[in-house]
Amino acid sequence: MADPILSIKGMTKRFGGLVAVNDVSWDIYPGEVVALLGDNGAGKSTLIKCVSGVHAAEEGEIYFEDRLRRFSGPIDARREGIETIYQDLALANNLDVPSNIFLGREMKNRYLGGVIRTLDDRRMLEEAQSALASLEIHFPTLTRPIESLSGGQRQAVAVARAVYWDAKLMIMDEPTNNLGVPEQKKVLDLIRKLRDQGVPVILITHILPDVFAVSDRLMVMHRGRKVTEKVTSETSTEELIQYMVGARDDSKVQ
Amino acid sequence: MVERVSGAATTTTDADPYPAATPLQRLVLTLSRVWAWVFLGLMVTFFIVAVPIASGGSVNFVTLRNSQNILVAIIPILLLGLGQTFVIIGAGIDLSVGWVMSFASVISALAIRGSFNAGAPLFLSVVIGFLAALATGCTVGLFNGLIIAKLKVPAFIVTLGSSFIVRGMALLMSENTTVIGLPKGVRNYGNDALAYYIRGEGGGLHFINKPEVTGALLRRMDAILPYPVMVTAVVVALAIFLLHRTQFGRHTYAIGGSPEAAMRTGIPVARHTVLLYVLCSSTAAIAGFLSTLRFTAGSAVIGDPLLLASIAAVIIGGVSLFGGAGTVIGTVIGALIIAVLTTGLVMLNVPAFWQFIVVGAVVIVAVLIDQSRDLIVSRYRTE
Repeated sequence: MADPILSIKGMTKRFGGLVAVNDVSWDIYPGEVVALLGDNGAGKSTLIKCVSGVHAAEEGEIYFEDRLRRFSGPIDARREGIETIYQDLALANNLDVPSNIFLGREMKNRYLGGVIRTLDDRRMLEEAQSALASLEIHFPTLTRPIESLSGGQRQAVAVARAVYWDAKLMIMDEPTNNLGVPEQKKVLDLIRKLRDQGVPVILITHILPDVFAVSDRLMVMHRGRKVTEKVTSETSTEELIQYMVGARDDSKVQ
Repeated sequence: MVERVSGAATTTTDADPYPAATPLQRLVLTLSRVWAWVFLGLMVTFFIVAVPIASGGSVNFVTLRNSQNILVAIIPILLLGLGQTFVIIGAGIDLSVGWVMSFASVISALAIRGSFNAGAPLFLSVVIGFLAALATGCTVGLFNGLIIAKLKVPAFIVTLGSSFIVRGMALLMSENTTVIGLPKGVRNYGNDALAYYIRGEGGGLHFINKPEVTGALLRRMDAILPYPVMVTAVVVALAIFLLHRTQFGRHTYAIGGSPEAAMRTGIPVARHTVLLYVLCSSTAAIAGFLSTLRFTAGSAVIGDPLLLASIAAVIIGGVSLFGGAGTVIGTVIGALIIAVLTTGLVMLNVPAFWQFIVVGAVVIVAVLIDQSRDLIVSRYRTE
């Protein structure tokens, strides 16, 4: 088996007396979709925030692309290629698609040796078109504010932005929440597309049909601990629910 | 639904984003983009027809002189509005601009008088006056911006407070009177023009050098593009460039539309916010400096009545008070509407107070149109 792209070893995160993440170790390999499951308060979000640089864990190590990492913040983690897409997508609804893809990293024309710099909107539009085309995403127009786009389409813009900026690991937090059924299917298709292009995806969810529809492997957390890790095709809805509510716990069996 | 997950290469066509909208809703969507232009056009047409009728044919609305009067009248409203445009697009508000203009007028008058009396040549004194006004604006803007961005105090409160502080300082510095005793030549900087046109016999067009005429010839002479108008035009051009062509402008829209998204994409939101307030106070300070040149005096009360007019111009021009939307040209149109309205009503011999009633109604209609547009857009979001 190939080396893992992300390797979490013995991670613990406390908030005062509460142990939100308790000694979790977890490996993610290139080209796989891995679901992270658990009930509310199981510690999924905290674990992910430790990986994406939002929180600093008290104990444990993160290896990303075979190197020990200590991210100083979310922007640092993103620069290294770990892209987290939260439910609010971090898009500016009053700007168009290219402006969003290049937000904070705009392409510029330089005049007078760089003293005067103007936005290169034409090139950003072309780059946005090819970024979307590589994911086989098609919009009628890219030059209107994205407020007129649907939830699924905006999700696609957020994913295209991450891919354009060379995300090496994509973390998606409940991406199908608040979407209609056809839109949910499109987002799941997009996740498969990412995997086919070699970008591993961590999918945080509690929607079990989504897990079976797109994930290769899965991990279940309960009260801050990892209770099991499975190949998706070798488990069932009933079994997963037992893990999620704490009725089964592999970590105690050994 | 047009998004497909298989198919040919991406094509971008400007398709109708709201195919299900009714004709009435389409009309509102179109109106929301162009209504200020339409309103300005209708208003000018009305005055063109009504002014000669009201005066029995002796006065026309469209004359060289009147057009220049409107341009001069627009200067302070527009300059205050330009900075405000940036701040409001960035989801803030600056209530201190009126008193900043006054303060800058007083400071620049004191600086010009002081340096001239100390022996500096006239031109240098005026330059020093300009720099003093700008420094005043930057200082107040820095004060506002730092407290808003770093201490997270609401902009409304901070700028309300600073407007009182600046008011007190302006009145203290001017000793509660108009700052006079400026060198006579200052008047030329504030009133001379690019060209002069004398109508009728013995007249003609003169560039740069003001013709030395008196009596009937002087009464028939019009100044074309006074220097303050040209300075304001340059500021407008710079504002258009900054807001619509640079990263600074793009980030202003992003911060106003979604501060969270701006923060997470690494835009330095706090630093940018400080710069917005510095920019806003600076355009107000330029307005104060130009008024000092125009009246050859510094006035501590000149800016106060202009605050609300300038915000009205910004709102009429289509800037959203919630941030994230608006244009510089919109603000120019908004200021033009107010200036044309004021001038036209005076020419109709209508009591000037009517302008307040009309401007108030126009502001409310502007926001109503804006809100209907938002409602339609959210309803027809493609699902």
